[in-house]
Amino acid sequence: MVAGAAAVSTLRIADDCLVLSHRLAQWSSWAPTLEDDIALTNIALDLLGQARAMYARTAELDGTGRSEDDYAFMRDERAFVNCLLVEQENGDFATTILRQLLCSTYQLAQWQALTTSTDGQVAAIAAKAVKETEYHRDHATDWTLRLGDGTDESHQRMESALAALWPFTAELFESDDVSRDAAGLGVGPDPEDLRAAWDAYITRVLDDATLVVPKVSWKPTGGRQGLHTEAFGYMLAEMQHLHRSFPGVTW
Amino acid sequence: MRSNGPIERDLAGSAVSGGDAGGAVGDAREAEFQALIEADQRIEPRDWMPDAYRKTLIRQIAQHAHSEIIGMQPEGNWITRAPSLRRKAILMAKVQDEAGHGLYLYCAAETLGVDRSELIDLLHQGRQKYSSIFNYPTLTYADVGAIGWLVDGAAITNQIPLCRCSFGPYARAMVRVCKEESFHQRQGFELLYALSHGTPEQHEMAQDAVNRWWWPSLEMLGPPDTESTHSAQSMAWGIKRFSNDELRQRFVDMVAPQAVVLDLVPPDPALRWNEERGHYDFGPCDFEELRRVVSGDGPCNRQRAAHHLKAHEDGAWVRAAAAAYAAKHAASAAA
Ligand SMILES: [Fe+2]
Ligand SMILES: [Fe+2]
Repeated sequence: MVAGAAAVSTLRIADDCLVLSHRLAQWSSWAPTLEDDIALTNIALDLLGQARAMYARTAELDGTGRSEDDYAFMRDERAFVNCLLVEQENGDFATTILRQLLCSTYQLAQWQALTTSTDGQVAAIAAKAVKETEYHRDHATDWTLRLGDGTDESHQRMESALAALWPFTAELFESDDVSRDAAGLGVGPDPEDLRAAWDAYITRVLDDATLVVPKVSWKPTGGRQGLHTEAFGYMLAEMQHLHRSFPGVTW
Repeated sequence: MRSNGPIERDLAGSAVSGGDAGGAVGDAREAEFQALIEADQRIEPRDWMPDAYRKTLIRQIAQHAHSEIIGMQPEGNWITRAPSLRRKAILMAKVQDEAGHGLYLYCAAETLGVDRSELIDLLHQGRQKYSSIFNYPTLTYADVGAIGWLVDGAAITNQIPLCRCSFGPYARAMVRVCKEESFHQRQGFELLYALSHGTPEQHEMAQDAVNRWWWPSLEMLGPPDTESTHSAQSMAWGIKRFSNDELRQRFVDMVAPQAVVLDLVPPDPALRWNEERGHYDFGPCDFEELRRVVSGDGPCNRQRAAHHLKAHEDGAWVRAAAAAYAAKHAASAAA
């Protein structure tokens, strides 16, 4: 048994949500339509709420009693255990939408599995998150269809986004001692088990969007062990700077 | 669909006075319109209205919509640096509300026969304006508090009477907007309160923000009555209910006592309660500064315009793709 496997598994989910929320929030006032500016912020707000709930639960499970802000602002890159996909930079709208499709489909399967978690609090958080994440996936699906099957340019941009992001999807389904122990305790699903549902949905949507999954040999990994991409450090530097400039104060 | 009719040419212009319905039929409609206004009834999009009334409303609602949208930028500037997750959630929700306000208002303008894309083009061409207040930079997190307390406070002062505006869609949009604005002002007040009662450094940050946002907020309620060009006609039409100087007095009367609770000092040595008038006295605004900022030479005018234009241009291929997809699928559904 890995010590604190349950807490590490909830922390991984919380970090995924926080980092993806932050990336989406960077779109505020930059989206292609007012409606999508509102939608992307909506999704970012849902994810932030999910992250906060999961940090609170993690603090109980790991027994440190840390606050949500301790987790978000006082850890360095090496302590974050989100997957690499969520930290990928926004790029153009196609890249963001594709990242959303890949992430939200994964998160939906994960939350659905977590609704039957033996941890009652996690199950309650998941029940609410399932509804929110269904909307996130619908939003990403609608735009994937429009962009994939829209103009030549939008199709081209979606293909470039697929080439850039697809390699990062392998990591989502990696199991390790933590995830196996957490699954053994009935706290959460083993990522491996989320693969079939994810594959089926993504294949269908990409197909409808006239997009083809690229063949790639590169399968970057390491996020769950705190080994991140360079861009992530800049994201954290910006996010954490003000909080760290005034140690111990209340905002 | 873009229309290029005579309305478009005049959208950017200022209001012309008086109705222009000619002949006996026109006179009868004009009288009916005037009777509705005098009875304090709402004019609806399908009702006859003088061209000048329509143009004035389009100009004002568009300017209001643009202000909501451009207003996302100064506060949005702090979303990625918000100092706690709670503050981050509040700020994101607030900026998102402003986008929603922009949307309601563009929809209200569209009931008058223009479309959003036309209005946005006019904004980009500099032919329609937005509130001067958003041309100031946000330099610390306390500015988020000062904007909520003072800028949203001034907006509420201006918008509450607009809930009774003679044009129905505008009045109804304002009712929805005002509900959310009171949350905006409260979160700003609450943030400033926390800072002011926090460490000495935080207090100083709050005071500095109030020093910088106080006067621009008073000025944002418009030029003094002696110089206000559109006021008289807008009052007669029931679009405007109070003069700029009356609104400014109301605003000062609201925030001056709140400043005491905040333990922050407005940068106006002349600010004091006047028992006789039953109002606060306050010093003169620098309307020369307002004119400079409105005419384009504020600290951030160029930056705000360039940001909005870039977002719009970067999104052009996305909107084109959505249109192409819709057309394809409408065609295949019809086939
Ligand atoms: Fe607003
Ligand atoms: Fe507001």
